[in-house]
Amino acid sequence: MDNLTSSGWRQALLQGFVAGLITVSASTIGMVELFGTRYFLAGLFTMGQLLLFAPPAVLAFSLAGKIKSQGISIVTVKAAAIGAISGAMLALLVWANQTFPLRTVLINLSPKLMGLLTFDRSLAEGALILIGVSVATAVFGALLQFVPRLYRQALLSAIITTLGVGLLAPLLFERIRNFFGQSVAQLVFTSSALQVVPAIIIFAASAALFYFRGKAALNSKPKAEQKLNPRQKMLRQIPLAIFLLILPMLLGSYLTEITNNVGIFLLMGLGLNIVVGLAGLLDLGYVAFFAIGAYTMAVLTSTGPLGVAQMSFWAALPICVAVSALAGVLLGTPVLRMRGDYLAIVTLGFGEIIRILALSDLLKPFIGGAQGILQIPKPSIAGITLISPEQLYYVILGGALLAAFISNRLRESRVGRTWIAMREDEDVAEAMGINLVRTKLLAFAIGAGFSGLAGAIFSPKLTSIFPHSFNLLISINILSLIIVGGLGSIPGTIVGALVLVGLPELLREFAEFRWLMYGLLLVVMMLNRPEGFIPSDVIRRELHSGDEHRAEV
Amino acid sequence: MPIILKATDIKKTFGGLVAVNGLSIEIPRNSISAVIGPNGAGKTTFFNCITGFYKVDSGEVLFDGEYIQNRRTDQISRIGISRTYQNIRLFNSTTAIENVLVGLEPRLETSVLDSVLRTRRFHEEEKSSVEEARGLLEFVGLKGLGDQLSSNLSYGAQRRLEIARALASKPKLLLLDEPTAGMNPNETAEMTRFILDLRDKLGITILLIEHDMRVVMGISDQITVLDYGSKIAEGGPKDIQNDVRVIEAYLGRGAASGLKDAKAN
Amino acid sequence: MKDRLKNLDLITAFLWLLRAAIILVVAWGTFKTLLSNPYTSRNWLDFIIFGIAQGSMYALIAIGYTLVYGVLKMINFAHGEFFMSGIFTATSALAIPLAASGFMDQHPLLSLLAIGLLSMLISVGIALLTERIAYRPLRHAPRLMPLITAIGASFFWQYYFRGLFGSQVRPFPTVAALQGSIPFLNTTVLKTHVLVVVVTVLALVALNFFITKTRAGMAIRSVSENKDVAALMGINVDRAISMTFATGATMAGLAGLLYALVYGQVHFFMGFIPGIKAFTAAVLGGIGNIPGAAVGGLLLGLFESVGPSLFLQGLGIPAFNQLKDVIAFTMLVLVLIFRPQGIMGERLAEKKA
Repeated sequence: MDNLTSSGWRQALLQGFVAGLITVSASTIGMVELFGTRYFLAGLFTMGQLLLFAPPAVLAFSLAGKIKSQGISIVTVKAAAIGAISGAMLALLVWANQTFPLRTVLINLSPKLMGLLTFDRSLAEGALILIGVSVATAVFGALLQFVPRLYRQALLSAIITTLGVGLLAPLLFERIRNFFGQSVAQLVFTSSALQVVPAIIIFAASAALFYFRGKAALNSKPKAEQKLNPRQKMLRQIPLAIFLLILPMLLGSYLTEITNNVGIFLLMGLGLNIVVGLAGLLDLGYVAFFAIGAYTMAVLTSTGPLGVAQMSFWAALPICVAVSALAGVLLGTPVLRMRGDYLAIVTLGFGEIIRILALSDLLKPFIGGAQGILQIPKPSIAGITLISPEQLYYVILGGALLAAFISNRLRESRVGRTWIAMREDEDVAEAMGINLVRTKLLAFAIGAGFSGLAGAIFSPKLTSIFPHSFNLLISINILSLIIVGGLGSIPGTIVGALVLVGLPELLREFAEFRWLMYGLLLVVMMLNRPEGFIPSDVIRRELHSGDEHRAEV
Repeated sequence: MPIILKATDIKKTFGGLVAVNGLSIEIPRNSISAVIGPNGAGKTTFFNCITGFYKVDSGEVLFDGEYIQNRRTDQISRIGISRTYQNIRLFNSTTAIENVLVGLEPRLETSVLDSVLRTRRFHEEEKSSVEEARGLLEFVGLKGLGDQLSSNLSYGAQRRLEIARALASKPKLLLLDEPTAGMNPNETAEMTRFILDLRDKLGITILLIEHDMRVVMGISDQITVLDYGSKIAEGGPKDIQNDVRVIEAYLGRGAASGLKDAKAN
Repeated sequence: MKDRLKNLDLITAFLWLLRAAIILVVAWGTFKTLLSNPYTSRNWLDFIIFGIAQGSMYALIAIGYTLVYGVLKMINFAHGEFFMSGIFTATSALAIPLAASGFMDQHPLLSLLAIGLLSMLISVGIALLTERIAYRPLRHAPRLMPLITAIGASFFWQYYFRGLFGSQVRPFPTVAALQGSIPFLNTTVLKTHVLVVVVTVLALVALNFFITKTRAGMAIRSVSENKDVAALMGINVDRAISMTFATGATMAGLAGLLYALVYGQVHFFMGFIPGIKAFTAAVLGGIGNIPGAAVGGLLLGLFESVGPSLFLQGLGIPAFNQLKDVIAFTMLVLVLIFRPQGIMGERLAEKKA
């Protein structure tokens, strides 16, 4: 028992150190200062402060979950230790920066950051507040573990909801003002943050809502899943369909534009989901097909000097998809015999080669080199040119729905079965008579086709395209969104696109840290939730059966 | 008896290691034949050569009137050779019935377009395949387990599922790699009966690798003994049991001569 | 024979065609270049010397890929970031202050030693941290998972160091003692290039000693042979794997210093391209094979510096030097497609790669 508690203490100290490392890092790389400009609660609480105090709270919460049996007093003391260490490390950073000229090297240790960390007081006072708040949040986090489960979940959900509303405050403000007028909007928000009283109301209301929902779920017995006939299924989709149709009117121009970007990435995500999620072929050069689709559209329709055919968008669209799919087959053929990580690197090589070629003088006479292709006309329907984001939205929606539909049908058929079999065990799949060449090329072709479709829509959306739009980061972005959503899962891809494309677009001012967060997210997902947030049944089963296996052994 | 599989002088080396060395073998149609030999004798490599997983360095494999030594694995599977694995290799993240459905795959005819458009053909084929898969599961004794995850099945059930998957392609020749490995005597006896059923009820020729001599001697019509990639003996169970070279291969030269002495005395 | 021809599958035929086409293009370009002969032998020698210096750096970085692949069978995508983190930190935190204070000019050797040491130290620290947090928990996971984690770690570190030291290019201070060049055959060689080659050779000799003669080195080797057996023999596998990462990162940190000396600048994105190229070098030499990594690095460096002038120019490609990176990427693709075991790699068991 002694041993256990002493190791428990070591663990608490370690967690405190980790929390400190995270908060000090976030401060040093400039995240805290930048996020400090955005208030959750008007004049009270910023996103920067969330970065400073959430890590000790979260770590204390998770540690408390493990050592709950030691009793509430010991857990409280340990949580306090975590908070104290984290706060002390931040104070140490402030002290070090005051004593040594650190800023010449670490450019983000600005006076403003120091002011944030010390709450604009002297070092000693600031350190005390810092440690105090840090201890308080850590203890709060730990004590949450002692709250009955139903209340805890309601509380956590309410916190997340309130933070979410706070995070999106500027947007919500703008939307509410648009629909209900300035005065209503100002009741709830300042122009960029949540007001305190509405925040409390939102918190209380959502807590109550989540509590009763949780309770209701607990009481009702799990219903046997009823089979719906196709007509009933259709009926269930109607509200969703109406929602999707009127969405641009609800969102307004700016948000629709963001939705359109989400849609383009969703299209690519659905394609990559087939290649990576179902067929198990990790493709890091996926952006190449997006580029091919976009450039094909540009060359075929541009009214500028590089346009060769001045075709209409609709006539060029199928050609773009076909060309991309063909490119998928052509680039797929040499790598048919390659597996796993080697495939990933080769496809990455393909992607880079295509980007460099697009930039080079070699192809400049055809696709314009770094100057790109200009004057790509917008699509038009029945004489109406689709210029505004609200109009283009429907084109993208159509593309995304088509891709989702095809993905879903393929997944639930013999094609999907062969892809999954191939992903699970290529040798056995082949021994069962599956033609690997055909199966792989089909995945490459369909994946590339979706991506080409996305590119073909992207081109007129921007009216001009440049090689810089087609770099490796796009591939990584798409990979991240399907992994975060859940490999192989179509709803997962949708959620992934919303979160990983939509959110960064809404939080443009933090673009500097977008890729850092993506990287972190990939690591954290692989370590903690490799099946993604909305896993496909297959992958969830796979990972869980692995767990059981390990447990048996 | 007509010959279904005839391998002539096949050879397979890995770097300097000769795994199969000029092996010739004939499998009569509708027989149960066994390949035995000490560990590393080249038995599984021989299977891999027949199924096209390895390309043979030289030699010919004639199956049902066709030379198959240069065919791809999936082509060989389509013309009627199916197999199971020594260390069971199921598609673990899928259900039992989905495993069998993959086995049916080469016989399906609907196209990708059918799948997307959900044509009548698609629905019909899907329905009949599921029925057939259920039938196969029932045949191997896994009735009602179709919706179980294959990795959650018991060891014996996994072996049977693997056989069901192999049967789905309607093979003429079934290669079983140590079908009773890791089984207790009861399960082994059951599996032995089951293998006999496969031949007698479905008319499938069976070629198996097996270490359990009681199984081998009990059901085989013909036994081939491999050592260091070469055939050292061939014949019925009786012949093999008394073959000095076989005893030598399994127990070492000394033991064989000891046995001979014992017999002489 | 007829049967063989009949069954020659389309894919193999396609691959042969691809091979032939590439050889033809390269040969044609070379032929045309040599015919018009735009360069003197001195030019060629310069290209070769630059290629060797460049290749030396690739070789040092490639060691890390090869060591880790040997032990974990995983592509450590973040290795380029280990390379970047060391020298980016050492330049920002040490080299620039040292140069500003004048210490660098008074004691160039001491300064460079300190900078190199700091660079290696940071590289090793980042490598160990990454291994411990991001890779170790996934050691028995499906193979794609650690690769995805590594990609994530790579982006994380890039933008982390960008946050620490800024997004702008930081110039590496010039070292007076290393300015200028020395005569060699009928041309001259930059002193930095000489230093690069000498340091690389010394580092490789030291590495060889470490791997073959020390206990830690032998632990690394036995773990890369067979983890289970090594564990049974009482080797601490976790520690050996950490050692592997540390060794690779040491070489990367050193390569960072050489890179900074040759190119005179560092920035947060500097790890990506050299990382991919070094990986190409490792594959070219046969991944998992340490001498192979050195040879592969050298070869890639030579190809890159000689290639554009040798055959791209002859093909009449405008601004052919833009395509320098295409050569490296194409080599990567070709080696992985046609000879994944590399030029010095042993033949892997069939279908393993």
